[in-house]
Amino acid sequence: MRKLIGIILLLIIAGGITLSLKEIPFGIPKTKIGEHFIKKGIEETGATNIVTSVVVGYRGFDTLGEITVLFTAAIGLGALLSIYRKRKADRKAEPVSLIVYTGCRFLFPILLLVGTYIFIHGHLTPGGGFQGGAIIASAFLLMYLGCEGKRINDKVSTVIEVLGGLTFVALGIAGLILGKDFLFNFLPKGEPATLLSAGIIPVIYIAIGLKVGSELAGIIDNLIEKSQ
Amino acid sequence: MNFLSEYIYYIGAFSLIFIGLYIVLIKKNLIKVIIGLSIIDTGINLFLVSLGYITGGTAPIFSKSGLKSDNMVDPVPQALVLTAIVIGVAVLALALALAIKLYKHYGTLNLRKIKEQKW
Repeated sequence: MRKLIGIILLLIIAGGITLSLKEIPFGIPKTKIGEHFIKKGIEETGATNIVTSVVVGYRGFDTLGEITVLFTAAIGLGALLSIYRKRKADRKAEPVSLIVYTGCRFLFPILLLVGTYIFIHGHLTPGGGFQGGAIIASAFLLMYLGCEGKRINDKVSTVIEVLGGLTFVALGIAGLILGKDFLFNFLPKGEPATLLSAGIIPVIYIAIGLKVGSELAGIIDNLIEKSQ
Repeated sequence: MNFLSEYIYYIGAFSLIFIGLYIVLIKKNLIKVIIGLSIIDTGINLFLVSLGYITGGTAPIFSKSGLKSDNMVDPVPQALVLTAIVIGVAVLALALALAIKLYKHYGTLNLRKIKEQKW
């Protein structure tokens, strides 16, 4: 009965959506603003990666809000699971097996390097703070899977997270003071397609990368350690 | 037929959304419901990206000199989805933490058996 009602409901919604989707053409430009970003993006922000210039430059304030959502989710998770904190103080770091452990130890620094590269070059090549942060968190996940008992330093990750967020907000307020609005790009834009270009965009993306990486690593840490 | 070939990306994205909605509506296990929510998330992301696609377009990144600006896809949906994916992961983790807490409290993940729920 429940199944039937569910399927009928879904069919009704699907019919409605099909009717409205017919009106949306596929494969043709739909927004004027996207064209403007592509044509004027390099000139206005100095970043060759237009997606980055949209995320951090044009709608940087929105990204600050999204960072806050991520932060709230991580905090909520920590608060929910903190009751079950049964930290075995002297749990030894035990390798799961020699081959897995060696492989993880070999891959861990490489993954960190790749993640860092991706968020430092976020304004030049595909990638950026969110992607680089996710790669860094995956390096920590690998470490957790490969070597039981090893865990990240809570204090260091919290400090990195807070510093990342503070850098973002401080740059925004600095833009308010030095320029005319929040997150104003007050640093010199430099030559496009070089590492030191695009003003505050790479700085903000590095802050975002560190923040996302430490936050996701903290989520993994909470889920693995406290739910056992 | 024409509709199918022209709108195949929309259809794929919305099939994912409907599979997720079906799981959320029908399944009893809380973990499965959370997986369904995650599938809805993926479907919406795919739909947003396919909205910004332009036929024959390339990624909106001037990584090589000589790339023309008139043949690039819309960067705005991509920028939206970029952050939405990471937030989706964090929200999924939050949902799983709530599931852990419910399991510790009620001893079951079956939504029909959890008392005191409104629906």
